[in-house]
Amino acid sequence: MHFDAFDRYHESESFIHRLDPRVKVAVTVAFILSNALLPDGAWIAFGFSWLFLLLANLLSNLGVAFTFKRSLIALPFALIAITVLFSIPGKPLTTFHFLMWDLTITDMGLLRFVSILIRSWLSVQMAILLVATARFPDIIHALEHLRVPSILTTIIAFLYRYLFVLADEVFRLLRARESRSAAAPGQKAGRSILWRAGIAGHMAGQLFLRSYERSDRVYNAMLARGYTGHFETINPHELHRLDYLTTALALIAILLLQLVGRL
Amino acid sequence: MTNVLQVHDLHFSYHGGISALRGVSFEMCAGDKVALVGPNGAGKSTLMLHLNGILNGHGAVIVGGQRLTRDNLPVIRAMVGLVFQNPDDQLFSPTVFEDVAFGPLHMGLSMEQVESRVQSALEAVRMSGFRDRLSHHLSVGEKKRIAIATVLSMDPQILVLDEPSAGLDPRARRALINLLRELPITMLVSTHDMNLVEELFPRTIVMDEGQIVADGKTKEILDDEKLLTAHGLEKP
Repeated sequence: MHFDAFDRYHESESFIHRLDPRVKVAVTVAFILSNALLPDGAWIAFGFSWLFLLLANLLSNLGVAFTFKRSLIALPFALIAITVLFSIPGKPLTTFHFLMWDLTITDMGLLRFVSILIRSWLSVQMAILLVATARFPDIIHALEHLRVPSILTTIIAFLYRYLFVLADEVFRLLRARESRSAAAPGQKAGRSILWRAGIAGHMAGQLFLRSYERSDRVYNAMLARGYTGHFETINPHELHRLDYLTTALALIAILLLQLVGRL
Repeated sequence: MTNVLQVHDLHFSYHGGISALRGVSFEMCAGDKVALVGPNGAGKSTLMLHLNGILNGHGAVIVGGQRLTRDNLPVIRAMVGLVFQNPDDQLFSPTVFEDVAFGPLHMGLSMEQVESRVQSALEAVRMSGFRDRLSHHLSVGEKKRIAIATVLSMDPQILVLDEPSAGLDPRARRALINLLRELPITMLVSTHDMNLVEELFPRTIVMDEGQIVADGKTKEILDDEKLLTAHGLEKP
């Protein structure tokens, strides 16, 4: 049995799929950066960013709403920003009592909170589109070409490679525990929650220990095959005119977004 | 003789739609030692995972007269001791003692009972001196014995072993065979080791493509060369 919940690549034939991964990575990073730099309440610019995203969706042949459907998963993380509702000074809108605090929502706080939600929502969608249209090894390769330090790209590559192995291992450990989670007839089984938490802790420890030992074996196997610190690849990534053109157009569009947002 | 295990018309498919079990039926009496053989992918492991309800297909699994349902799952799991092929999957605690004690502790037994269960389970697999050792520092053969002890401590009525002799050196394999011979317990053992089958098991079940294709006296099955070649097996 294999765990493949992380594989988000969607095979398709489209303009975006055919682009060089470097272009996709660069434009995605530029787009996310642009979102982060747009001032609070730049609604029109946010609107144009969204259109830019929809266009990318459309060109990827995966359907206009493709990233929207998958974006909600990241929403809970944006809730970390909830504190800005109360912490930015401004005109008070409403006050309510929570445990031992009186919390006041200000207009500036609300403005910033909604802006942060929109920024993260747009950014996450572009990242989702990136991993849906570029194979993971290609993304790593693109990062290398874009001068990301090889130690970082190697770590990311291994993380991705062994995430599946690790998930399989977790799955088998859980199954073994389930298999022996027995009961005597007419007796309450499972002991206390504290005991079960202890067992779960042991399992996490075992997992760490095994991963640690596995990393040793993997590294030795790499050395045995002549590993010297970076991966050579014969992947023939080449930038064509269309790639340059797309990059230029996308970056100009993003610059215009920034102008609109600051007018 | 009473039936300790009845499997009736069991069907199962994995998510991908691959049919792993296609109508499996057999019975085991108390004291039976049965070998389960067949090529890789025949459905042996899938069948074993049904015997204590890790997988749930269509059909009936009846253990000790009780039909396996969601409600009696924990009780059935105490009756069917399932030992996985890879002992690293089986052992998830830091020390041998904690691993062998997991089953009885989970069942809510008192500390004295747990202590004596662990003691006798370790004695049964001849590993009494290992109770405070770290599981992940044992050899494969030792791990396999401890894995068997982890289910013996639940005092099961039937022992289900998935390829117990795989990956063992000759001495560890011999020790394991002697151990299995001496254990006074009903057991179903899946294996590719035909010498082991001939030596230890009076009865053999042959599986292929999700079905039982032969079930009978080991000697007769091993003499039927046509049957063996048809299902990718070899006479020892």
